[in-house]
Amino acid sequence: MHPALSVILFTVTSGAGFGLMILLVLMDLLGLGGGLRPETLYTAGITSLVLTTVGLMLSTGHLANPKNAWRAFFRFKTSWLSREGVFAVVYYPFAIGYLGGFWLLGGEHNGLTMVLGWLALALAIITVFSTGMIYACLKTIRQWNTALTPANYLALGVMLGAVILAGFAANGSAGVFTAQMAVAAIAVALVLKAIYYFWIGKPTGVTINTATGFTRATVRLLDVGHSAGTFLTDEFGYEVAPGRVRLLRGVVYGLGFILPAILLAMGLNQGGDATLAWAALVSAFLGIATERWLFFAEARHVVNLYHGAQRT
Amino acid sequence: MKLGLVIDLDTCVGCHACAVACKQWNTSGTTGPLSDYKPYGKDPSGVWFNRIRHYEVGDYPNNKTINFPMSCMHCEDADCVTVCPTGASWKRQEDGIVLVDQDKCMGCNYCSWACPYGARELDRESGTMKKCTLCVDRIYDEKLPQEERQPACVLTCPAHARYFGDLGDPESDVSTLVRERGGYGLMPELGYNPTNQYLPPRPVKQVPTEDVDDRPSLKDRINDWVNQAIPR
Repeated sequence: MHPALSVILFTVTSGAGFGLMILLVLMDLLGLGGGLRPETLYTAGITSLVLTTVGLMLSTGHLANPKNAWRAFFRFKTSWLSREGVFAVVYYPFAIGYLGGFWLLGGEHNGLTMVLGWLALALAIITVFSTGMIYACLKTIRQWNTALTPANYLALGVMLGAVILAGFAANGSAGVFTAQMAVAAIAVALVLKAIYYFWIGKPTGVTINTATGFTRATVRLLDVGHSAGTFLTDEFGYEVAPGRVRLLRGVVYGLGFILPAILLAMGLNQGGDATLAWAALVSAFLGIATERWLFFAEARHVVNLYHGAQRT
Repeated sequence: MKLGLVIDLDTCVGCHACAVACKQWNTSGTTGPLSDYKPYGKDPSGVWFNRIRHYEVGDYPNNKTINFPMSCMHCEDADCVTVCPTGASWKRQEDGIVLVDQDKCMGCNYCSWACPYGARELDRESGTMKKCTLCVDRIYDEKLPQEERQPACVLTCPAHARYFGDLGDPESDVSTLVRERGGYGLMPELGYNPTNQYLPPRPVKQVPTEDVDDRPSLKDRINDWVNQAIPR
């Protein structure tokens, strides 16, 4: 699949924003690690909203006819893309109400802001899940058609959010807790990603034989019928060499998970180090952007069977 | 009504006439002009609803060339309709034709990801997704004579390899053909239930060629030379 830069940046950024809000609400309302200072809550909260907004605006960058983009909210009953749009928009009043109410009450919570916070958390989870389902519901791309896809979207979003939160809370009372939480989130995301890479190595039953109906003989492409590329070959014909895939997976593991975990762990002795945490974030962002690129590049749509692939 | 096409893989010669006819008919009509990209350039491309690909089935000397025209299958369980966020992609209740509403499409390509048969293409000029309309503007056009109220590709096929009709009616010509010839839909395991059916090549005894003498005699060679030398 042709990796579209705008979709990669959109899913990584908005996922990080939602993940940050999820952990923010949990730490704040459950008082984990002693809770967060109001300043940390405001900066992290606003960052979360900015990341989510930037991400969602970037998502319109891959549209060929953006003047109809407003219609994308109208098929909630059937389309995961519609559902993601609706949930993302419905999330905002709750997130803003939670943070804004806290600010209006002078840095305290009452029953209403707590409920708004929990609903913001629920909607954040549901939105990231919907983003993952946009890809996972497609039967035509076997690498995406698994529950591991939305699981990975959630795990990676929470992981990035945890690293951002560790950066904001470093050198404070919650510095050690947030750094450890980030390392734990990285570990979970690493395991899920490794399972995903293992899972997509297994072939399925769709082959050029079932695609053409000739199941009792070998089938080979003789002539594809066009001398230049088409929309289909441009969109779905993208392939990465196996050596390059291994290298990029190494980058994902190294920059995306291992290096950030090491950097965060190094800062634990000082009660959480902000510089190390932000360095961990840069590394994680680069690693996860690579992961998202690979997610698209490794996907093989079944239409490739008609262009000569024996199986996907 | 379940309108669709039946394509005879035994008879199709791979001439691409159906692709050209479709392209010509859709110069105007419901989906407007199909854009061409660099049509006189080095690598001409463009939007086509009907594409014919050619496959070799079997291993030499028991191989066969199969010409495979493919356009939208107008599936019963069309995921392209389910995933569309704007509602531009829709399946007509009365005849089962799947269409794209050009006024609603935002060109997100999601439907083309959902289509296993590669039926949908983005038209860069209009920014919308376009696909085979089953010539919905021809089949219901009262101003055309009855015989011409068929899809352009069906009318034009010189080998009479394409048929159009109601596959939901078990007694229609197309349904009978499918039954008698053992017609099938493509990639059934994905569960899309394509309406368009393909008729497999008829089983034919192979003509023996061992007894063909490919070295002509002297008399035949002189004959051939004389025939070529005399201008007619």
